[in-house]
Amino acid sequence: GCFVFKPSAKKRKLSQRTDPDFGVSSDNSEDTELRFITCQSLWNQIKSETEKVQEDLNKQLLENLVSFLSRSHSEFQEKTPEWTCQMKFREIPTAALVLGVNVTDHDLTFRSLSDFLQNNITPYVAFLEGKDCPGIKNLMQKLMGQLMNCYIDVDSLEDEDYVQVSQNRIRCSVSSLIKWYESVTKKTDSETPSKKRTSSSMHWQSPPVVVIFKDMESFTTKVLQDFIVISSQHIHELPLVLIFGIATSPMIIHRLLPHSVSSLLCIELFQSLSCKDHLSTIIDKLLLTDKFPFKLGGKVLQVLINIFLYHDFSVQNFIKGFQLCIVEHFYSQPLSVLCCQLVDLQKRVNSLSHDQCENIRRLPSFRRYVEKQESGKQVALLTTDNFLKEDTQKLLEDLHVYHENYVSVLRCLHVFTSSLPKYPLGKQIRELHCACLENQVWETEEYESSLQLARMLNKSDLVTMLQQCVEILLSSSGKEFDSTVEKLKKFLTQFQNLEEAFQEQGGSVPSQKELQKKTDLYHLQKTLLEFKESRRSKKLTKFEMLRFEVVDYIDSLVRKYLVPADQRTLHEILYFNTAAVLRGHLNAAPRTALHTALNNPHWYLKNQALKCDGGSISNKAPDICIVYKLHLECGRLINLVDWLEAFSTVVMAGEEPNANTASSDQMDDIIHARFIRAVSELELLGFIKPSKQKTDHVARLTWGGC
Amino acid sequence: MSRIEGSGGGRRRVLQVKFVPDDEVLKHIADDTGIKVRKDKPQPTINLKRFVKKLENISDDEAQEILQEKNYVATLGICAQDPMGNGTSVSGGEVYSFQTPRRSSKMAELASELAHTPEQSVAPDHSKGPEKTAKTPQSSTMFLLLMHVFSLQSKKKEFVSTTPYRLRKRLAAADSYLESESEYSASCSEEEDEDQQEVSTVFSGQKTPAKTKAAPTHPHRNSLAKKNKEEKMSNLVEEYFEAHSSSKVLTSDRTLQKLQKRRLNQETLRDLLKKAPLAYAAEIKELNRQHESLFSKWMLQLHLGFNIVLYGLGSKHDLLEKFRTSLLQDSVHLVVNGYFPSITVRSILNSITEEVLDHIGTFRSPLDQLEFITKRFEEDSSLELYVLIHNLDGQMLRGERSQQILAQLSSLPSVYLIASIDHINAPLMWDQAKLSLYNWLWYETTTFSPYVEETSYENSLLVQQSGSLALSSLTHVLCSLTPNARGIFRLLAQYQLEKKDNPSYPGLSFQDFYQQCREAFLVNSDLTLRAQLTEFRDHKLIRTKRGADGVEYLLIPVDDSTLTSFLENQDEDV
Repeated sequence: GCFVFKPSAKKRKLSQRTDPDFGVSSDNSEDTELRFITCQSLWNQIKSETEKVQEDLNKQLLENLVSFLSRSHSEFQEKTPEWTCQMKFREIPTAALVLGVNVTDHDLTFRSLSDFLQNNITPYVAFLEGKDCPGIKNLMQKLMGQLMNCYIDVDSLEDEDYVQVSQNRIRCSVSSLIKWYESVTKKTDSETPSKKRTSSSMHWQSPPVVVIFKDMESFTTKVLQDFIVISSQHIHELPLVLIFGIATSPMIIHRLLPHSVSSLLCIELFQSLSCKDHLSTIIDKLLLTDKFPFKLGGKVLQVLINIFLYHDFSVQNFIKGFQLCIVEHFYSQPLSVLCCQLVDLQKRVNSLSHDQCENIRRLPSFRRYVEKQESGKQVALLTTDNFLKEDTQKLLEDLHVYHENYVSVLRCLHVFTSSLPKYPLGKQIRELHCACLENQVWETEEYESSLQLARMLNKSDLVTMLQQCVEILLSSSGKEFDSTVEKLKKFLTQFQNLEEAFQEQGGSVPSQKELQKKTDLYHLQKTLLEFKESRRSKKLTKFEMLRFEVVDYIDSLVRKYLVPADQRTLHEILYFNTAAVLRGHLNAAPRTALHTALNNPHWYLKNQALKCDGGSISNKAPDICIVYKLHLECGRLINLVDWLEAFSTVVMAGEEPNANTASSDQMDDIIHARFIRAVSELELLGFIKPSKQKTDHVARLTWGGC
Repeated sequence: MSRIEGSGGGRRRVLQVKFVPDDEVLKHIADDTGIKVRKDKPQPTINLKRFVKKLENISDDEAQEILQEKNYVATLGICAQDPMGNGTSVSGGEVYSFQTPRRSSKMAELASELAHTPEQSVAPDHSKGPEKTAKTPQSSTMFLLLMHVFSLQSKKKEFVSTTPYRLRKRLAAADSYLESESEYSASCSEEEDEDQQEVSTVFSGQKTPAKTKAAPTHPHRNSLAKKNKEEKMSNLVEEYFEAHSSSKVLTSDRTLQKLQKRRLNQETLRDLLKKAPLAYAAEIKELNRQHESLFSKWMLQLHLGFNIVLYGLGSKHDLLEKFRTSLLQDSVHLVVNGYFPSITVRSILNSITEEVLDHIGTFRSPLDQLEFITKRFEEDSSLELYVLIHNLDGQMLRGERSQQILAQLSSLPSVYLIASIDHINAPLMWDQAKLSLYNWLWYETTTFSPYVEETSYENSLLVQQSGSLALSSLTHVLCSLTPNARGIFRLLAQYQLEKKDNPSYPGLSFQDFYQQCREAFLVNSDLTLRAQLTEFRDHKLIRTKRGADGVEYLLIPVDDSTLTSFLENQDEDV
């Protein structure tokens, strides 16, 4: 079943590692190389950025862990009273690391953890996974293998004899582990001091042995219990520290381990950052920034976020989706060569070929733009390449500026909306971002209601929000915001002035007091009505007027800056918007495709004969479709003879009646063969399986087999 | 409202998409004789939303935009604006939904109906452009039902005149159904009314899109439905369990033997199929051409760290083969036929270590082997390997452990995996951890080409058994036997392999076999051996034949390669 194909050696030499390229794909062969390079460099930038984010987020966690380790370890070294006490109870210091359900992201965290530990604390770090350790023996084997390897890694070539002692030869037991540990520590002690310092200068003396259980939930309880009990017997000789990676909740420790075992652990809990926060940071750093020229369109972002929220909570997958977007964009959009940093833009625009200019002219957003120009300019744009290039550059620069402003104003708006009750526009900035990208946000109902709510904010909230906005706008790189900042500052001073002129207000207070006195229902109602009347007719206070003014101003900012990206000219170059492709690749529905192919073959095979109305299929459909359709009519078991008969009825009717009687027998055989093929294809697809219940029957495997 | 009814097909859709609360679905499952309208899976809000979306397709584009941003299903599942939209508009509930039980005559009816409606009146082409999705096979069942109601009456005579005796008999039975059929139609119209009420509420709700979920209709519908079905309910439940408790199934007792047709064997089948022209060759070629244009893209994406999985109806063997011949000629690549009944992960790993890495030696376990491979690939960055797996969901590769190993293999940066899957439940093989290791990019490649290679190993009921027994079953049966029995079988297998070059090898005669077994201290008497052999025969591990001289010959009905790999496996296990 397996075949290896190797090209001949000569051939291989000839074909040097040709880097993958966008290649000569059918129609968009423009600037492929440059596009590919841009794409790669962009992706590398983004990748390093995400790694940095990850590191920053883990930093706190790692520091806590390290301090925990050093605490538990210093006790071991100094033999403090607490330590002796701990030893009396044979407690193993344990860190429970609650990581959340996004199991796929854990690998990265653990990797950085182990790097950190190996660099700073101890060379002896072992990783254990549940699937590798079905029994205590395997666990010990794995553990010792890793520990001894790491020893070799640290001291590299210095001792050959250790390489020879493979884990096969040592009997895997804790006592041999202890012997190994003693010899190792003694050796490093007895080594020439200079050497020791170079090799493990960062490590402490007699470093602890850290054992990391990556996925505690998937270990069998027996193995865990045994390991803990055994190693707790030897804790005074072997400074062991356990780290449990937990995906669910810390309660799981007590569910997995009985009290007698868990009492041997001295557990400290650590919580990693939640994946939602992680995602927010990533979105903040990747999308809401002007660092990267490439941007995601609304629908695409929505798809990515939905996959995250509804499927896996995995930030890694989100980033992977982002990578796919980049690749897809640069691959399919020939003009993406212009999707670069502003500094390179001019050069690239100038070197555009005529075909590429035509590509620009074909962009829908550009056509819209042209239509709006006066006729003289229209002609120039459509005929003169150089003119077009100048204009393109200007437009693209505009687009970059637009994005910068967009981000700042979006953050300002988010300051307002995120504090409103019930969050009509969403709590997270990503929701607001999606809403704004999708369509003109000020036309939505949610925006309307949030403005209304904003008009009811109290003063202190309003002032703090305005201050936040000022900070955001000041820190933004956009240059247009000077006047805006001025204006906001003016609002702030006005609010301060209000405070001094506060005394004049006081008319309504006594009326409320009156209100409390009334007990009669009729009178109460009456006064309330009056009260309402007076409220309605009452002039707005100064504060209220000012509040209206502020909200209106914010509204005007939104209308000016938060125009959806797909209304901007040339947005196709920077924004990736084909959500369907992305969804097809990341969130495919194989069953649906199969279903469509079987039920409606015309979808794929564009043939007139297959066209059908109302979803039924014609008798000319491929065999498998007919057989499938017939089997849908059956219950749990299907009689093959009936099935065959039905099939041949359908097929015969579909054939032209010119087949004469002589060949009808042969015809029968062919139909029989076709039927067999179709049925075994259905079996391969998993719709039916042979059944022993009744002779010549098959069982249906999909729903409907009642 | 009038807008919906006015637009063509709108009404049928009204019938189709319903809000179904959970308890109703339960009732419906139990509903043995009940209404024939197919219902969706119990996903009330989603259905409702979808329905609203449908309406919008017809009427209002802007409102759709508003709804869509909220609607998870719209963005992920059934977005109507899918330009490639390969049928993504079908929601999961419809794909394999609950169905009412079928009667035995149903298939024949459908068949004759299909036969009698050749090239149905061709409606204007709906299936172009983005509107495609509005027209999907959702309403098929309903349509068929209505057709049946007609056809039963109108076509009865035709049936009687043209169909054989059995069918006629069944039709007599169908007559008794006729009455109840009219009942069905009555209840259908009732449903229709209800739905229309619902439509109106939904439609009015649609104007304030944020509130479509508001559920004033729920209690109303529930009570109505309850009233309808309450009295039926108790005996329906009984009927449901009755239908399921007894293993009896209402199918006819005809068997293939009574049919004059002989059973075909693999070769004649192949010959016959060669004679039958491939339908729609031109269209299939066009489909393949479309897929082939993606080759360079696949190559790129493979190099960028993704792995590619192909799905969709039709054999993808040829497509992958073409990909291999056109792009992989100059690089080291491994082709794995996952559908092969005797393939194992070990053999895949072996061919990597032995042939790609030129390593001689064995490994204690696949995990060790994998570790070795990983190390080698990490050390030598110039090593690159393309792995093509036809049918990653094949019988022998389906297991959790095999998938884990393959996933780990595929996650190596210089191993590029491109695989195909066919089974409807194939994606269930992978959990999140494996998926992230695989790092799949999904490509739909519906080819409609026949699964020639893939099905040739299948033990179909209709094909004469060539006696090929899958390696897995061999191993499994042997595992459950005593060590002595295993030894006996090994002896036989080894002897057979020694004689594999002899084409006229009749098998090992019983007496000789007994001698050998005695020498190996496996049996101590003729009787024990016979008892053992009976057991083997029961499990179809061996076949006995009487020779011309009356001597009993024993044979393992397994081809040599399978037997060899079986012996190897055994060796490793011991």
